[in-house]
Amino acid sequence: MKKAFLTGNEAIARGAYESGVSFASAYPGTPSTEILENIAKYPEIYAEWAPNEKVALEAAAGASMAGARAIVSMKHVGLNVAADPLFTLAYTGVNGGLVIVTADDPGMHSSQNEQDNRNFAPFAKIPMLEPSDSQEAKDFIGEALKMSEMFDTPVLLRTTTRVSHSRSIVELGKRAPHEMRPYSKNPAKYAMIPAFAKKRRWSLKERLEALERYSEQFPFNKIEWGKNREVGIITSGVCYQYVKEVFGDEVSVLKLSMTFPLPKKLIGDFAEKVKEIYVVEELDPYLENQIKAMGIKVKGKELIPEIGELSPEILREKLKGEKSAAGFSPYPQLPSRPPVLCPGCPHRGVFYVLKKMKAAVVTSDIGCYSLGVLPPLESLDSLLCMGASISMGHGFKKALEAGGKDDIVITVIGDSTFLHSGITSLMDAVYNRSNTVNIIVDNSTTAMTGHQHHPGTGYNAKEEPAPAVSLEAVCRALGVENVAVVDSYDLRAVEKAVKDAMNCKNGPSVIIARRPCALLKGKGPTGLYAVKEEKCRKCKACLRLGCPALQVKDGGVFINPLSCTGCSVCAQVCTFGAIKKVGDE
Amino acid sequence: MEVKSIFISGVGGQGTILAGKVITTALVNLGYDVKMSEVHGMAQRGGSVITQIRYGGKVYSPLIEKGRADVLLAFEKLEAARYVEYLSPEGTAIVNDLEVPPASVLVGREEYPSDIVERLKEGIKKLIVVDAVGIAKECGEVRAQNMVLVGVLAGALNWPKEALVQVIREVVPPKYADVNVEAFERGWAIVAPLSRS
Repeated sequence: MKKAFLTGNEAIARGAYESGVSFASAYPGTPSTEILENIAKYPEIYAEWAPNEKVALEAAAGASMAGARAIVSMKHVGLNVAADPLFTLAYTGVNGGLVIVTADDPGMHSSQNEQDNRNFAPFAKIPMLEPSDSQEAKDFIGEALKMSEMFDTPVLLRTTTRVSHSRSIVELGKRAPHEMRPYSKNPAKYAMIPAFAKKRRWSLKERLEALERYSEQFPFNKIEWGKNREVGIITSGVCYQYVKEVFGDEVSVLKLSMTFPLPKKLIGDFAEKVKEIYVVEELDPYLENQIKAMGIKVKGKELIPEIGELSPEILREKLKGEKSAAGFSPYPQLPSRPPVLCPGCPHRGVFYVLKKMKAAVVTSDIGCYSLGVLPPLESLDSLLCMGASISMGHGFKKALEAGGKDDIVITVIGDSTFLHSGITSLMDAVYNRSNTVNIIVDNSTTAMTGHQHHPGTGYNAKEEPAPAVSLEAVCRALGVENVAVVDSYDLRAVEKAVKDAMNCKNGPSVIIARRPCALLKGKGPTGLYAVKEEKCRKCKACLRLGCPALQVKDGGVFINPLSCTGCSVCAQVCTFGAIKKVGDE
Repeated sequence: MEVKSIFISGVGGQGTILAGKVITTALVNLGYDVKMSEVHGMAQRGGSVITQIRYGGKVYSPLIEKGRADVLLAFEKLEAARYVEYLSPEGTAIVNDLEVPPASVLVGREEYPSDIVERLKEGIKKLIVVDAVGIAKECGEVRAQNMVLVGVLAGALNWPKEALVQVIREVVPPKYADVNVEAFERGWAIVAPLSRS
């Protein structure tokens, strides 16, 4: 048997390949991104980046309806965007198997919240599987597709950062081609007008009852009896690995892999055979509340934290009373090293300009540019969800007007985020006559998640040439009269465009500040800048850019030649002409 | 076999991910059960990065507990000081003799501690400080500093050298294979005589 050392995300992609999936769609989002990136490498599978998660799920629903096996993947908050089709898909069911992967981010390594998407399963009435390592991640895709076709339902596969981004050994299998199931017209199943939906609601209830019986027999829901039959632990996902790490076979474990619908009988049997039960789960008391509702006494969140990630260390402390063995720690506090905008980042100059503007508020959005909220740029005031910058700015502006104020409102959104869900927000601002200044920081990629293509880049998920959406054409078509396109590296042009837009009184204006991400191969700036020591007044104004290439040295400023990309922004900021391109003089 | 844990810390862009790939691929080839955990995305942009590797007969958790790592492999001194609490009292710290000042230090708001190696010496039994950048430069490719450090690690843990060399040749683009193997061997040579004596 061939083995490979895969991340959970790579294993999910492999599972899709081996299970005969032929359609995959996704929008990038940590920690889910690599699922589609890896699926796209299989020529047998059609794979695409969708503009957002709702579109991705709807496209996958269509592929399933046509009879293909389909997979759609997204980060936890992406499922909020896709929630509309999700809830009704439970009613219509599927034709070809359909798996929806939600990758949650407990601890918020790279997210704006840590919602526990297991709650979606009972809410949407969709069965759910939770793998605990890469082998299960691969195997459960096959299980999910089988279950999907057997019970006429989409299936949720829920991972977390530590499943998606941990590597473990996986046994590889061959691709089992899936015969397209024939599609036959059936509006009573697929067209959810109220008359049909009412009938499908009852069918959904029956399907869920059958799924609960299936869950009782599901081989991956299993009891592992330990030396001690008095203490039982019920757990799922990566927490199973933590439990085994800390307790080995000291205690008995009920590992739940299908966590909706729960195998109530199996849980009841386990409860009867042990004296004490602990529920070990990350985030919400999802299992705990359902098990308590079954009338079973368990201990859970009174011991185990409901905020942040769990770890073997936390279990050791909370369940065994063992203090963390934290080793030697020589400093009480060290300089922190938060993520920063890269040297040459095209967003930097835009934020520098914005900081000088007298705006009532600068609403922002999700992407690398979120980092502009931090010192020294500190140019942004809000971050809520994908696309919210433009609509929140619009609401802010209307509220100011209602209060008799005419202050300036600026919004900042990235190119990928604008295409994801900023277009409808801008439509709102046009339609309802909002004089907001909207800046699209266009770095021609989905940068934060590692440079994925989107409908504006001119390439698709398979790196093939694709039609490119023109941002300026979209804005004009929406009815924006003032659309300016500037080079993000040209501070004077950016400043002039912002000031011009601030004086516009005929609806929203859009400034497209355009420059490819400096990390894109072959697209970044070239050259090198250096400080002319004789001209430098040591005012340190350039340090306000927060560029990692600029450092304090002997009271002055030094540009690290290994980091400098040659973007020229610091040279434009220096009023004494002390920063020059190397080789220019 | 008992499970061993290697905690790698560094700064985004230093090649810790490739180092982790070489190490784990070799361990899998050697027949161990292996798990590795990394964090991507927002946590990566020039920030502090960590990779956790565990290997042995049967590995459950991909995460290492504080005070239980057998080796801390730090690509940068500040990131050594930050994560040394993960090292077991019996463990070995391999520290790249390199300072990459974070933004707050660059702009003069915070100071980079000047006594990291001295302080680490006080609390660690086995500390190996390596000028990986200097050695990599001598090999002709400064970016091969990660392979120097992998060499030191492999030597310190007495892994079969050939297993690592083979993987480096597999994962590094052919153009850079020789220089990376040389960097690895230079790292190996620093500790191999010590661990065999």
